[in-house]
Amino acid sequence: MRYLIALVLLVAPCLGWADDWEDRLVFNESAEGPRLRVISSTDTVLFAPVIEGFVAENSRISVEYLVSGTADINRRVRATPDAFDVIISSAMDLQLKLANDGFALSIDDVPVPHWAQWHHSLFAFTSEPATIVINRTAFEGQPIPQTRQSLIEALRKRPEEFRGKVGTYDVRQSGLGYLFATQDARASETYWRLMEVMGGLDVRLYCCSGEMINDLADGSILVAYNVLGSYAAVRAEGKDALEVVLPSDFQTIMMRTAMVSKATPEPKAAELLLRYLVTERPAVAEEASPLPLLQPSDGSEGRETIGLDPALLTFLDGLKRTKFLSAWEDAVIQ
Amino acid sequence: MTTSPTVSGSLRNRLVLTLIGGAAVLAILLFLTVRSYAAKVAQQGQDDILGASVSSILDAAALRDGHLEVDIPYAAFSMLSTPSDDRVFYAIYQDGEFLSGYEDLSLADGPIEGRWAFQTGQVRGERVRQVSASRTLVGLGRQTEIEVALGQTQDALSDTLDQISRNAAYLGIGFFLLTAALSFWVTSSTIGQLNKLTTSVTRRGPQDLSPFKKPVPKEMAPLVTSLNSLMGRLDQSLSQSEDFIAEAAHRVRTPLATVRSYAEATLHRVEREDNREALKAMVRAIDESSRAAGQLLDHAMITFRADHLEREEIDLVVLIRDLVQRLIPIAEMKELTLSLSGEPSVPYSGDSILIQNAVRNMVDNAMKYAPSDSAVEITIIAHPEPQIQVRDSGPGFPPDEIDTLTRRFERGQNAVGTIGSGLGLTIAQDVATAHGGALILKNRSKGGACVILSL
Repeated sequence: MRYLIALVLLVAPCLGWADDWEDRLVFNESAEGPRLRVISSTDTVLFAPVIEGFVAENSRISVEYLVSGTADINRRVRATPDAFDVIISSAMDLQLKLANDGFALSIDDVPVPHWAQWHHSLFAFTSEPATIVINRTAFEGQPIPQTRQSLIEALRKRPEEFRGKVGTYDVRQSGLGYLFATQDARASETYWRLMEVMGGLDVRLYCCSGEMINDLADGSILVAYNVLGSYAAVRAEGKDALEVVLPSDFQTIMMRTAMVSKATPEPKAAELLLRYLVTERPAVAEEASPLPLLQPSDGSEGRETIGLDPALLTFLDGLKRTKFLSAWEDAVIQ
Repeated sequence: MTTSPTVSGSLRNRLVLTLIGGAAVLAILLFLTVRSYAAKVAQQGQDDILGASVSSILDAAALRDGHLEVDIPYAAFSMLSTPSDDRVFYAIYQDGEFLSGYEDLSLADGPIEGRWAFQTGQVRGERVRQVSASRTLVGLGRQTEIEVALGQTQDALSDTLDQISRNAAYLGIGFFLLTAALSFWVTSSTIGQLNKLTTSVTRRGPQDLSPFKKPVPKEMAPLVTSLNSLMGRLDQSLSQSEDFIAEAAHRVRTPLATVRSYAEATLHRVEREDNREALKAMVRAIDESSRAAGQLLDHAMITFRADHLEREEIDLVVLIRDLVQRLIPIAEMKELTLSLSGEPSVPYSGDSILIQNAVRNMVDNAMKYAPSDSAVEITIIAHPEPQIQVRDSGPGFPPDEIDTLTRRFERGQNAVGTIGSGLGLTIAQDVATAHGGALILKNRSKGGACVILSL
């Protein structure tokens, strides 16, 4: 079964099937109360402990957990806003645009810091950095690069070894990949140089972090750029071959966000789940879920965490996106 | 005795109401002014940011190979971030054709000339402040106009306005309370001046008709002036009437003495019994008139001396003994004994003529009502205050009139047939009052009256 899921994971999301899911699981199926439909970009493995904690507290509510890619979630919610009660995604920009466009229900008095919410409708509950994941076998006897610059140098030094063995998001398909790419591009020119180098090495493009890590683990690729740290940490566990590097030049930290759909037929239950996510999860989360909690530093001045503000709309503008993607394609697809 | 004046309205209430009403109107005016000014400033703030943002978007537009590119700067939307997380809408049009953004955000009505055009409207069910601006780009042989509309909800603005309104309200209320307190103070201090004058009028002695000398506010000067002039006239007419009475009494007394002596002489010569009786009645009437004239004179003198009391060190015992000795012949004529007892010496500071006069009137009274062969006792004591008591064994005072007997010309009902003017006790009372004391009338338990001059 698991193998089957993995197979579906590999193929399905990239094709963007409209009526199929990367994963679908119902928690507390026998409950007679309302059923919440949660659409999420987070793998079931990572999120199951949270949902289980929630249904344990609210035994009348059952939860249908649907997993899809960030861009797909955005499409589906816009197409059928009443088909989902809670929307969870790592693509902050798409989530913010959904909220700005009026798809989110406003919920008052959620006890989160100001920087971790937007317009009382979009709430952040994790803080996850983009990382470079490296298969150690490629750097035996050599220092593992800690910055983008040193990664560029390492790739340039041994192009033959890395040709076809580097991977990153296909920003055209992945909402999170696009967010990371645009924020990287804002932060430093190094991003474009790295993309050019990776493009020169026939970079493999992925829709999701999960796949990238799978390929890394089995040695299909040796270096993956902008992998979600939380996924990498889970997968790297027990696999000595994988090294998760938090780039020391600059980091791009994403906050996973949740909102209640404005068209939800179950606003009360959905609000309960949302409050559970942002307030009660911390109590059980540390050991149960690998999703890192928000840090107070995420809201501080000069943070590397992407801010929840209207600026996130910038790169979603049609003209801007076209321009960015063409620049990205110029660099990556050679 | 005093008639209460006709009251119409209250100066204090009128002042307080006017001042507080004025303060309330001012406070409301202040609140509205501050709020509308703040609203203008806050709206101006939002407009400025919207304008800056739309300018930066327009600046980022360029024609590249005849193709329009709009590279929206990250800061354009970043600067629209507000504490209330206002929603942002934008739309980019090229030559009137929608290009990118939110299609339901239309451009400003009418032509956009040069600068920004602001308007407030509804977008997706929310109140949105919107700016529209345009820019003409010139490329190779081609000219194109790019128009940008940028809208933002007004949650932060209304939050700010609420806060300012609250503060303005506090300001207004504070202003009102302060002014109200001030108006109470001003009113009571103004009315206080009137009260002060009233008190100083009330506190005056019954004889004091001198003008008011204490300083008063300018506005009250006319009142005090007319009060003073009224007092002056009153004083003058009072003293005139006193003078008149004294003069009249004096003028009457001398001829009366002459008439009396003729009557006495005639009485000796007349032998017919009925004529003698008529003459005796005549003499008695003349005595009464003469005595009344004397007392009127005394009273006028006492009124004058009491107003200008001159105290000297005297010994009451010496003073009264002197008086008693002078009265003994009269007492013997009426077959009465006068006895003086009490302290051997009572020093006192007062007007000897007044005190003698008062005591003489008291003793006269006692002798008038005392039956023959009885004694009139005069006692002088020093403690607790100097007192001169005169007791007789006559009929005493009628109990229901004991309080009114000291009034001028008031005589007891049992005084019918007795010579008297009704001034004797009034004189004694005036003397007591002038010395800060009192005249006490009592009936003795075993019959007779007791009059106490307490100094």
